[in-house]
Amino acid sequence: MSQQENHIISVKELSIGYGSKKVAENINFSMESGILCGIVGINGIGKSTLLRTLGAFQPKLQGSINMGHLALEDHSASELSKKISVVLTEQPASKNLTVQELIALGRQPHTNWMGSLTHQDKRHIHESLNTFMLDELRQRKCHELSDGQLQRVFIARAMAQDTPIILLDEPTTHLDLYHKVQILRLLQQLAHQKQKTIVFTTHEIDLAIQLCDKILILDGVENPFGDPCELIDQKRFEKIFPSEMVKFDSKTGSFKINR
Amino acid sequence: MNSPRSYRIAFVMILIALFFAWLLNVSSGSVSIPFFSTLATLFGQNVEVDSWQYIIWNYRIPKAFTSILVGGGLSLSGLLMQTLFRNPLAGPFVLGISSGASLGAALLLMGTSLLTGVTSLAFFQDISLAVAASVGSFLVLMVVIGVAQRIKDTMALLIIGLMFGSITSALVSILAYFSNAESLQRFIFWSFGSVGNLSTLQVYILAGIVFLGIVLSVLSIKPLNAYLLGENYAQSLGVSIRKSRFVIIIATGLLAGGITAFAGPIAFIGLAVPHLTRQIFDTMEHRVLIPAVFLYGAILMLLCDTLAQLPNSAQVLPINVLTSLVGAPVVIWLLVRKRKMIF
Repeated sequence: MSQQENHIISVKELSIGYGSKKVAENINFSMESGILCGIVGINGIGKSTLLRTLGAFQPKLQGSINMGHLALEDHSASELSKKISVVLTEQPASKNLTVQELIALGRQPHTNWMGSLTHQDKRHIHESLNTFMLDELRQRKCHELSDGQLQRVFIARAMAQDTPIILLDEPTTHLDLYHKVQILRLLQQLAHQKQKTIVFTTHEIDLAIQLCDKILILDGVENPFGDPCELIDQKRFEKIFPSEMVKFDSKTGSFKINR
Repeated sequence: MNSPRSYRIAFVMILIALFFAWLLNVSSGSVSIPFFSTLATLFGQNVEVDSWQYIIWNYRIPKAFTSILVGGGLSLSGLLMQTLFRNPLAGPFVLGISSGASLGAALLLMGTSLLTGVTSLAFFQDISLAVAASVGSFLVLMVVIGVAQRIKDTMALLIIGLMFGSITSALVSILAYFSNAESLQRFIFWSFGSVGNLSTLQVYILAGIVFLGIVLSVLSIKPLNAYLLGENYAQSLGVSIRKSRFVIIIATGLLAGGITAFAGPIAFIGLAVPHLTRQIFDTMEHRVLIPAVFLYGAILMLLCDTLAQLPNSAQVLPINVLTSLVGAPVVIWLLVRKRKMIF
């Protein structure tokens, strides 16, 4: 098996956008299983658009996206639901769902026409509840949860869907530092222990540098992709933001405000 | 796990309640029949007065059956709408389905007299009215589906449905303004709603329509549950948004359109019953909610109809008056007590 075939996600010369409006182009990256990958970049550069394109919520403009050995667009809806699970920025339509009900919905691609849960489904739900420390909250309604708890519930739902790939759109917004780190640590565990490929967009560049295995920097030109340390050495983070406001300190791996 | 099994006791209770509501409904009416004679008739025994048997078998039991179909069907269509539109205030009226039926009925009852000056349609009026109302509701439904194929945003669809409702009720008002008193009165009576004026054939047709609506709803259980997360999540779970939405809208159209055609536009049942049901069945799982909402709606409709009969008097209140008197306070109570109508 060649190197190429080990890649669960492989993106080449990808252009993304809406209809005639191109948001970003020249995106190239590929990764194998068990990788936590952060997508960083300034607001409006196309992070969410890229994630939506990877999740097949919108069509790509040009280039290719392969998930395993199959192109993304060649997957049927049901194949996709068994390959990719998502955590979006939107709130659930019904906040009257209990934690357990919401996580159980993640099993839908695997259940029969009525959605009856088998023993295996229940085991997956239980494991997700457990991994994300939600056992005590299982009967709570979503509107009773804090932002951090709700985010854990959604990630647990994605885990219960049991897909090799998990895409998350800004999973750490609205959370305090403690919960940001908590969420990212859980994602890292999930990627490493369960061999999931997890791709998320984030504004927490300093946290991403510390926790991610790979980082994709959307800078609108070269869109570099690689290990965080490599990218630091190549001074790639300096170009994310206009330099008059903030400056990247490669010793600490964080941004400093220019005085 | 919140499977239907955990609600077995609640289901037994609600079935018992349905039986008693049905019994109460059957044993009361404009002709006073002693309760034990009613029971005797139901068990096939002979009773003192022959006409009682006739009244019970040929009038009250079909009426009670119609109440169950109407109440259950409208409530189910309300549940489907609330889930599809992610809106606790959605009901059969929002898609303009009921107003479409009103327009059809109004065109028949007032338009014909307006155009030809004759009202000779009276002799086959019972079927023609139902047909006209069905055609009206399905025409509006077809337009809504046409729009739904093009627009992915459900909120926009909801507003478009409301706008269609406004247009059709304006057209009905124009017709009402120019029509004569007699046909206006007939239309008003239709719009009061009634579960007692159906012929046997009409009851069978209604039963068929409601049955089809239930089958389509049951087939949509999985997409309905997925919709609770929102359309994007539903899509990521492998649900085909276009197809499932189409099926759900057809089911709603059949239920709300068919019922409105035969029983008139009956208010509030579709909106209030799903909320009331969740007070007992505290879940969002549609495998539980679909049967529960249907049964609850049937019970409420039987009770409303019993009250509308004004026991032992010849007077019958319009069913719409009762459902509004029961339904509107319920909505207010939910808002005040729960602060918000979470769906």
